[in-house]
Amino acid sequence: MNRKYGVSAGLVFVLIMVISLLSGCKGGKKAQQAEEPVSPPIDNTAVLQDIKQAERIFNALPSPLESAMLIKSAGAKFDGSLLNPVKNVGNYISTKAMALNLGIYTCDLSFASLYEQTQLLLDYMNAAKKMANGLGILDAIKQEDIDKLEENINNSDVIMEVVSQTFMNSNSSLEDAGRTSTASMVLVGGWVEGLYISTQLVDMDQFNGNKLVTRIIDQKLSIDILLNLLNSNKGDPAVDELIVEVGKLQAIFSKINITTSPVRPEYDQATNATILKSEVQTDMTPAIFKQLATIVAEIRNSFVK
Amino acid sequence: MKLYKIIPLLALLIFGINVTADAQCKAFAKKECQPLLSPFIHDGNYHAAVLVEGEEAELYKTFYSDMEYRVAVVGEGKLPAVEFRIMDTNKNVLYSNKDKDYAKTWDFKLEASQQLKLVIKVSSFNKPGDTPANGCVAIMFGFKVKK
Repeated sequence: MNRKYGVSAGLVFVLIMVISLLSGCKGGKKAQQAEEPVSPPIDNTAVLQDIKQAERIFNALPSPLESAMLIKSAGAKFDGSLLNPVKNVGNYISTKAMALNLGIYTCDLSFASLYEQTQLLLDYMNAAKKMANGLGILDAIKQEDIDKLEENINNSDVIMEVVSQTFMNSNSSLEDAGRTSTASMVLVGGWVEGLYISTQLVDMDQFNGNKLVTRIIDQKLSIDILLNLLNSNKGDPAVDELIVEVGKLQAIFSKINITTSPVRPEYDQATNATILKSEVQTDMTPAIFKQLATIVAEIRNSFVK
Repeated sequence: MKLYKIIPLLALLIFGINVTADAQCKAFAKKECQPLLSPFIHDGNYHAAVLVEGEEAELYKTFYSDMEYRVAVVGEGKLPAVEFRIMDTNKNVLYSNKDKDYAKTWDFKLEASQQLKLVIKVSSFNKPGDTPANGCVAIMFGFKVKK
């Protein structure tokens, strides 16, 4: 009996060791590396070399703050009716719903903050806090952050700092706890909300030459990053569902061609910055845009219901 | 103490060490990397990991033509110099901090939005026989609207 228990405990130990080691890794290894046949190492030097060549992969999506900034810089006007109403917070019970809506509310609060919608900003900060608390990351958004916002409601620098910090704390807290699936769902929620707001704000009468349309086309460049992020957490049923949803977006984005000329870096002494010079051509038609807007709205509405 | 009592405790200890290392990495990123982004706005994303001497990491991100960006890459003091290269999708190297005395930041803007790859490599002290150094490396991005 004792021996049987010892074997089980040993298995549990091995399992925990593996999980523990995996939890220490932030990024995933390249998928193709995992699929390659493994040759037996010749000596310790070869093993060490393998370890040294091991790569961590980070898939960085535009943050909600960056998405909101892109929408504003494209000249779009604020429309509060597009945001997910804060009264919906009580609807989100599952981890998936709370994670997606933490991303969505963070995007909405970024949007409100950039357009100086002070009351909405505070409401959305509280909604995001509720989602974070529900996910068990109590330190991600503290009451003192909300107090700081209230005290500096007319100081855009402080507002940006708090909003940025909120998102960083939410994500890093989840990753630190080894909850990379949940962290990836937060990122998906924020990205989809930014895409949803952008597509809804496009005036079809001014489609050609519309800067916001250009920003939407640019999201094609992030779709594979998004899928890589989700695929690194494949196996979690909630993530697997999202892979299917994002696949629908990828199918539409694949109809858009983006042709970019080779990049030529040139240093600009006046600004101390390098300019990456290149030209781009794209070909999204109004019909493809409408397909994209419809699918994005369907996915986003399934997240917030 | 019986083996079956020690095993879960050991496992918890190892798990706890990992969590502590991650939390320390976050504190390091906030203290040493994030301030380098000023006057750019930190985008709110967090990328940091404990890397070993000689180890590489890659980061993929889309950058937009409306923005100016600053990337900051900082390794803990116990690590040798951290090299970072920015490459386009055709693997052309657009910037390497090795040519700039391992500068920790790089400012850039784009004429057309691009997906770029950032390759980070912790160089080596080249001391055979020594345990390879390891420590946190943080990567952060700041942005502002192009004037």
